[in-house]
Amino acid sequence: MSKTFPMGGIHPPDTKISAAAAITPLAIPAEVVIPLGQHIGAPAEPIVKAGDKVKAGQLIAETAGFISANIHSSVSGTVKKIDDVADPCGYPKKAVYITVEGDEWAEGIDRSPTLKKEITLDRDAIVEKIKAGGIVGMGGASFPTNVKYMIPEGKTADTLVINGVECEPYLTADHRLMLEHADEMLVGVEILRIALGVEKAVIGIEENKPDAIKLLTERSAEYPGITVESLHMQYPQGAEKQLIKACTGREVPSGKLPIEVGCAVNNVGTAYAVYQMVQKNQPLVERVVTVTGKQVSNPSNFLVRVGTSYAACIEAAGGLPEDTGKVISGGPMMGMAIADLSIPVAKGTSGILMLPKAESVRPEVENCIRCGACVSVCPMGLEPYLLEKFARADKWDQAEQRASMDCMECGCCSYICPSGRPLLDYIRIAKGEINNRRRARASQ
Amino acid sequence: MDSTMMYSLFTLGGVAGVFAMILYFAAKRFHVEEDPRVAEVEAMLPGINCGACGFPGCTGLAEALVAAAEKKDISELYCPPGGADTMGTVAEYFGLTAPTSAATVAVLRCNGSYANSPRRAEYDGPSSCAVAHKLGTSGSACTYSCLSEGDCVAACNFEALYMDPATGLPVVIDENCTSCGACVTACPRDLFEIRRLGKGKKPRRVWIACRNRDRGAVARKNCSVACIGCGKCVRTCDTIVKAISMKDNLAYIDPDICIACGKCVPECPTGAILATFPIKAKQEDSGEPVSTGTENTH
Repeated sequence: MSKTFPMGGIHPPDTKISAAAAITPLAIPAEVVIPLGQHIGAPAEPIVKAGDKVKAGQLIAETAGFISANIHSSVSGTVKKIDDVADPCGYPKKAVYITVEGDEWAEGIDRSPTLKKEITLDRDAIVEKIKAGGIVGMGGASFPTNVKYMIPEGKTADTLVINGVECEPYLTADHRLMLEHADEMLVGVEILRIALGVEKAVIGIEENKPDAIKLLTERSAEYPGITVESLHMQYPQGAEKQLIKACTGREVPSGKLPIEVGCAVNNVGTAYAVYQMVQKNQPLVERVVTVTGKQVSNPSNFLVRVGTSYAACIEAAGGLPEDTGKVISGGPMMGMAIADLSIPVAKGTSGILMLPKAESVRPEVENCIRCGACVSVCPMGLEPYLLEKFARADKWDQAEQRASMDCMECGCCSYICPSGRPLLDYIRIAKGEINNRRRARASQ
Repeated sequence: MDSTMMYSLFTLGGVAGVFAMILYFAAKRFHVEEDPRVAEVEAMLPGINCGACGFPGCTGLAEALVAAAEKKDISELYCPPGGADTMGTVAEYFGLTAPTSAATVAVLRCNGSYANSPRRAEYDGPSSCAVAHKLGTSGSACTYSCLSEGDCVAACNFEALYMDPATGLPVVIDENCTSCGACVTACPRDLFEIRRLGKGKKPRRVWIACRNRDRGAVARKNCSVACIGCGKCVRTCDTIVKAISMKDNLAYIDPDICIACGKCVPECPTGAILATFPIKAKQEDSGEPVSTGTENTH
């Protein structure tokens, strides 16, 4: 049997209905709204003002802090204003509004499809370039990539793990990227391998993508450091710690980063973005977004400029179906239902999913029957039923002792619970509260 | 009696005797001198341990009262739920003058009812404001508004709050409210404030029923009765008592300065200022009171 992570996990129906749809570039909209906080960490500081002319790929906001990322314009045009826009939660965040005029790219950006294989830069130059390109983790969490490659004193890495798992049902953006841009992506992996200073890179792909496994195994033959690992299907295999366990057998200790066990993990989308930046000088201004749903007339994978509205993506996929209960940003497991379709696609938007009404209602909440299903599926070995109780009773100390902070919010517990209990919702509350308390303790 | 029984009687009796002596000496040795007045004062307090006085419970306040009485001044301490009656009894017990404090009540600073702030999405998560706030998905587009899940009602120990199903907003029953502040803590959006009850048989008070700090246009788009930060009320009040201040596009009426004249209420272009009494319409001599949304306060 092929490899997977040993503890917990579930296997929801994968419903990859857009898997056969080739990546098509989405028409550039008349206006883009580029949020300044598209990554984990401090929002970027805008360096343009209303009335400024910008070109596609031009820097419009700079990093503001150690964990932060540059933001570039995804289009050419005129800055209309810097104003609030709703994030997927509905809370207002600062963004740059740009009125589109033509499609002119900033100087030095190579938009040609020719493959550029030779890597001329050294390790430090690569990391600097990744930082300049505003590249963040494309798997969803949007953690600034360059920070991952600043290895702390006393730690050494020996393996680069590349995440081609795409364990979220429905999403096919990474799958299509691996099929259509395999060579570019592999060069990207090589660049990341050099940046990390390791010999070995493992690309983990789940068995439900046999074509991608076959193609990448073939193409990676010319890169001696890169191996492709076929993984047994299990959600949440795309989570960093689970993927490391599945690919290398190593376990990242509680509360620690992958570097602790000598690994760094990046998504295939990130590897592709790194190729684009390092080899072609193109910063992260567009990404593949899966727009899908069972009743969507034209489930697609679009190459979308950052800042395009969700509504435009949905329109291009055949419009919002009549029977839509929820529109979800991301996948059905970890994604977030959104209340406003005018919000913009960001660097971390992997998919837009439209669920029919019948599938989008949450079950009636009943009492816990102590079946232990949540415990058995938790990939981190936590006790979700207990953490929920602690959170409901404001027992934050106990919640912290029982490792609430190890929860990565995969939602397996809520998915499996036969009583339909909102386990994850309350664990999130506990995590927020524990974070506040830790901050308060630290400031004392 | 057989010897087994005698044997156990003596051993157990002996053990009991030894432990009794230990306990006796321990009680003597570690005796804690407790002021009997603390228990007596505590008996006068409501005994609900709500914490509104600033102490963890009624015992805490009783101890503080006794300590303060030693210095012949209990004016710094007050039991909001007990009110003037309780403090009068306590003061009489010590032979001191009773501390006074203006009666207060919890006030909801949001009027984003279903009608005023139409819901654009349906929230179907757990029935908890804390969860809804974390997700950000209240049905209303206003990110400062009431989440309508009733965490405040659940937190209230005095049946002073209930959810109005017609508006989706909690309603404070003034008579039951003890200003303990449980709702203030429970609300993740900080919509409750303990304000002066106001004077009169039907207490008069005026407040801004909005916490939205967005720019006027944005606030107005999401809620028809939002404070848009135009400053008309501030200018009106500046000629009277200067009780209204403006910060981050949001006006605030200081309850300690406000004289509840109600002049600001008709000035507000969106009707964000609520009052507990009818307000005469501006420049109209008919004397007909305009609707001020007072139905939300009782």
